[in-house]
Amino acid sequence: MELTSATTVNKPPQEVYDFWHRLENLATFMAHLDDVRVTGPSSSHWAASAPFDTVVEWDAVTTGDVAAERIAWASVEGADVDTSGEVLFVPAPGGRGTEVLVTLRYDMPAGALGKAVARYFGDDPSQALDDDLRRFKQVMETGEVVRSEGAPWGKRARKEFPQRPARPLSEEELQELRARKEVMA
Amino acid sequence: MKANCWVGPNKVEVQDVPDPTILNGRDAVVRITSTAICGSDLHLLDGYVPTMEKGDVLGHEFMGEVVEVGPGVDGSRLRVGDRVVVPFPIACGACLACRAELYSCCENTNPNAGVAEKMFGHPVAGIFGYSHLTGGFAGGQAEYARVPFADVGPIRIESDLDDEHVLFLSDILPTGYMGAEMCDIQDGDVVAVWGAGPVGQFAMDSARMLGADTVIAIDDVSYRLEMAASQGYRTIDYSDTDVRSALLELTGGRGPDKCIDAVGMEASHGTAHVHLYDRLKQAVRSESDRPHALRQAILSCRSGGIVSVIGVYGGLVDKFPAGAWMNRSLTLRTGQCHVQRYMRPLLDRIERGEIDPTRVITHRLPLAEAPHGYDIFKNKADGCEKVVLKP
Ligand SMILES: NC(=O)c1ccc[n+]([C@@H]2O[C@H](COP(=O)([O-])OP(=O)(O)OC[C@H]3O[C@@H](n4cnc5c(N)ncnc54)[C@H](O)[C@@H]3O)[C@@H](O)[C@H]2O)c1
Ligand SMILES: [Zn+2]
Ligand SMILES: [Zn+2]
Repeated sequence: MELTSATTVNKPPQEVYDFWHRLENLATFMAHLDDVRVTGPSSSHWAASAPFDTVVEWDAVTTGDVAAERIAWASVEGADVDTSGEVLFVPAPGGRGTEVLVTLRYDMPAGALGKAVARYFGDDPSQALDDDLRRFKQVMETGEVVRSEGAPWGKRARKEFPQRPARPLSEEELQELRARKEVMA
Repeated sequence: MKANCWVGPNKVEVQDVPDPTILNGRDAVVRITSTAICGSDLHLLDGYVPTMEKGDVLGHEFMGEVVEVGPGVDGSRLRVGDRVVVPFPIACGACLACRAELYSCCENTNPNAGVAEKMFGHPVAGIFGYSHLTGGFAGGQAEYARVPFADVGPIRIESDLDDEHVLFLSDILPTGYMGAEMCDIQDGDVVAVWGAGPVGQFAMDSARMLGADTVIAIDDVSYRLEMAASQGYRTIDYSDTDVRSALLELTGGRGPDKCIDAVGMEASHGTAHVHLYDRLKQAVRSESDRPHALRQAILSCRSGGIVSVIGVYGGLVDKFPAGAWMNRSLTLRTGQCHVQRYMRPLLDRIERGEIDPTRVITHRLPLAEAPHGYDIFKNKADGCEKVVLKP
C-alpha cells in the first residue's frame, strides 16, 4: 500500500522540517501512530496500536535527511512491519509557506498482524493520511489539534459519522479525555 | 445549563445540557447575554443542510461576558470580564485564508474538513451551531458557549452601547454589508435585493450607505416589504407582480446594475409549477437547493452587472442560467461572510449613528421560548422579522 498526500503550511521550510525532524512529534498528529522514539543518531522505534489492544512495533532508520528539504525513513530488515516513508519540504510560490509532500508505504505482513494494520487505516487509507496532514497543519499553524464538541477526540476523530451531538461534554467524557491527557486540565 | 437543541426536522427543544469547558488552549467560555435566531438556522431546522445530529446546540449569533480563558489565550486581546460579540465563523488567524481575511474559509478550524471537502471540493471554516459539516461546534442559543481561538475573532465592546446595538455584528450586519460591498457600487447604481429578511434589510441599508442611487426590495411578505418601504426603498411583491418587468420599469429598461440574493436555497417561487419541479427534485435529493431568487437575479441584472450572493446554498442547483451569466458578462460574487473583517469598521459606524441595527428587531423572548421564536420566524407570523433571545 502506497499513500501520498500534500498540504501547504504557512511557515518557512526550515521550521516545518525542524518539527517533523523531531520524530516524536509525528505521534501528535498521525492517527495510526501511538509513539515514536528516537533511539540513536539515525534510528527510531515506532509503535502503532492495533485493534484488540494489540500493539505493532518496529525499528526504523533514517535513510535520507537534507535540512529544510527532505526526510526519509524505512523499517529495518526483518522488522514485523515493512514500511518506509518520505516527506519533502518545498517552498511554496509567492511566499505562501511550505508545500509538504508525504509518501508512506506499508507492505502488509501476512496473517493477523497484516489485518490489524490494514484495519487501522480504515476503509479509506488515503483519507486517513489527508486527515493526518490536516492535523499537522493545525499543530504547525495554531499550536494544537482543533477540537469541536462533535469531534472532541483530537487525532482519534477518524471514524467521523455519526458523531456525538454538538453539545458540551459530560463529566464522564471529560474524564476520559483527561485520562488520555488530551484536554486542558 | 439551558440550551436550544435541534432534535429532529422542524423540532427544537430547550434542554438541560452540561456547561461548556475549555477543550483547546485558546478557548474562552462566554456567559451569553443575548443571542438571535437567523435565516441560516431555518436551513438547519428542516434538515436541508445535512449532518445534523439529534441534540446539537443551535445558534451562531451571540454575545456576552468572558468567564474563563484557556492558558493559550493572548491576554492583551481577551481577558475574563470582557464584554464581547462573537463572529459566527471560527477562524485561526494564522492560515493563508485568514491572512487574506477570508475568515469563513479558514483552513484549520473544521475538524470535519474531510467531509466538507467531499461536499464542497475544499473544506470551509468551523461555524458555531451549524451542523457537523462545519465542524460540529456547539452553538450559542444557550446560557454559555465555548469559543475557540477566542483571541482572534471576538470583538470587545468598551462603550456603553446596549446588547441590541452590537449583537448583530456577529453575523447579519456584516453579512448584509458584505453583500453590498461585493456589488462595487458606483454613482447612480440601482441595487435590487431579493429577500427582505434581516439580512436583506441590512444589505439594503449598506447599499445606500455605499452610495446606491436607488434600492429595491423584493419579497412576498407584506410586513417585511413595509419595513423596507419605511426606510425609503422601492418594493416589489413577487406574489402578484412579474419581478423582471417591474425591475425593467423601475430602471428605464436597463435592469438593476447590481443584484443581491439574500434569500438562498429555500426560495419560494411565484410560479407554482417551477416551484413544484424544484421542490420535487429537492425532496428526492437530486437537487439540494431551490435557486429561484438566484435565477431571477441573474436574468434581471443589466449586462456587465454584478450578482452578489449572500443567501446560503448548500449543494447542487438545477437550471442554472449559465447562458445569461456568460453571454452578458455578469460577475457572480459570494461567500459566507468574513465577519472578522467588518466588525471594527461597522462598530465604528454604529457608534457614529450611521446605522441602527435595532430597527429589524421585532421580538425579544426568553431563551426558554426559543421554539416559539423559531415558529414565528419561520412562518412569518406575528410580524416577525428578527428574534433576540435572552438566556
Ligand atoms: N452569507 C452569509 O454569511 C450569511 C449569513 C447569514 C445569513 N445568510 C443567509 O441569508 C439568507 C437570508 O437570511 P435571513 O436571516 O434574512 O432569512 P429570512 O428567512 O428571514 O429571509 C429570507 C426572505 O426571503 C424571502 N423570499 C423567499 N423566496 C423569495 C424569492 N423567490 N424572491 C424574493 N424573496 C424571497 C422570504 O419571504 C424571506 O423574507 C438565508 O439564506 C441565510 O442563510 C447568509
Ligand atoms: Zn446568522
Ligand atoms: Zn485560519
